[in-house]
Amino acid sequence: MSQILIPILIVGGMGILFGGILGVASKIFAVKVDERVPQILEILPGANCGNCGFAGCSAYANALCAGGVKTNLCPACSGDTSEKIAEILGVKADESEKMVARVRCSGSTENAALKYIYDGPCDCHSAAKLGGGEKLCSFACLGFGSCVKACRFDAISVNDGVAVIDEEKCVGCGGCVKECPKNVIALMPAKSKYAVACQSAEKGKFTRQNCQVGCIGCGICAKNCPKDAITVENNIAVINQEKCVGCGICASKCPRKIIKLYK
Amino acid sequence: MISELLIISVGAILINNFVLVQFLGICPFLGVSKKVETASGMGFAVVFVMLCASALTWVVQQYLLIPFNLEYMQTIAFILVIAVLVQFVEMFLQKSIPSLYNSLGVYLPLITTNCAVLGVALQNISKFGGTEMSFLKSVVYGGSAGLGFTLSIVLFAGVRERLETADVPEFLKGMPIVLITAALLSIAFLGFSGLSFN
Repeated sequence: MSQILIPILIVGGMGILFGGILGVASKIFAVKVDERVPQILEILPGANCGNCGFAGCSAYANALCAGGVKTNLCPACSGDTSEKIAEILGVKADESEKMVARVRCSGSTENAALKYIYDGPCDCHSAAKLGGGEKLCSFACLGFGSCVKACRFDAISVNDGVAVIDEEKCVGCGGCVKECPKNVIALMPAKSKYAVACQSAEKGKFTRQNCQVGCIGCGICAKNCPKDAITVENNIAVINQEKCVGCGICASKCPRKIIKLYK
Repeated sequence: MISELLIISVGAILINNFVLVQFLGICPFLGVSKKVETASGMGFAVVFVMLCASALTWVVQQYLLIPFNLEYMQTIAFILVIAVLVQFVEMFLQKSIPSLYNSLGVYLPLITTNCAVLGVALQNISKFGGTEMSFLKSVVYGGSAGLGFTLSIVLFAGVRERLETADVPEFLKGMPIVLITAALLSIAFLGFSGLSFN
């Protein structure tokens, strides 16, 4: 009996003694943790995407409490979050505009012509290294879903060879923009309605050969825009979202139906 | 007496260096050796823990475990002592040197499971070199083992800082070249095994 009891008593006694010492030490060496940090952490999305420029959400929260950091750096947060953070910190909120990522390509398997059949690993970076991908158009979305894997908010899917972004889920962090080897995805203000779903800088003749829907840079949209918000640069129509009022005339006049209404 | 302590000390620092000769405590050795500054911080944290652990475990062994015939509880009892010490160091660093605390990160609590610390405690009581270790010798051995750890990790961090700018072949970049460097350093320390005190 004592063979079991003595070890239990001795080791248990050591444990209690050490616990007591540590308890006292923790009082002496107590560090005040800024109580605003956990509050801010609760508001931040917690995806640790790092697009605010800090190592993660908690690093950003710490930097915010230390002061001198803007409250609108989180690209995944809406304007209210910036205000909430400012309220906790007791400072004035910095304006932030919500952005969404949009795919500037409509070259689905039906629309885009192929150069060859790609049979390699299902990864855009690998596909892009083989002659720029299987689609004839060198600006096209490859559709192997590297952006799907990069998205931390589950907002992207690949539909019929082209990435599709769910704008309800997209927070505009820009993770997919960095990942895409073809630079197909771009961030745009979430309130903008119309955008050109193509980025082909080829001359119209070649774009026609490569794809059934690509922008040929004809300029009809630019001529018809009442606000002069559209220009054709490098054979592609570009909508200036600051001037655009969302009337939709360009979309109805476009012979290729490549200017699309979002939302 | 003093010459005996000196021999123990030199032996622990150079000849039986814990990291490079006995291969104990490799985890922090590879993990915290990117910068000389954090490496030396880690080194001195380990010196402190080893020193205190040697003293405390010797007392625990001599006055608790041996009288009650509980030598088989060594590992548990020693780990308990080491864990308390590490917690204590952690609290102290967080309070007084927060920058060092942040740069050590997860490796600080990992000293608890650093086998070098348990190793020094176990070697102290295992009749090292055929003779029973006295309290003083245990403490000297523990402190020297920590200094040996610091020496090797600081040397290694210096080499790694140079490696940052070196033109390393693509397939060796990152951990592989680090491991090769550690091996070369270990071979260099093998040279000390010829040291004789007669």
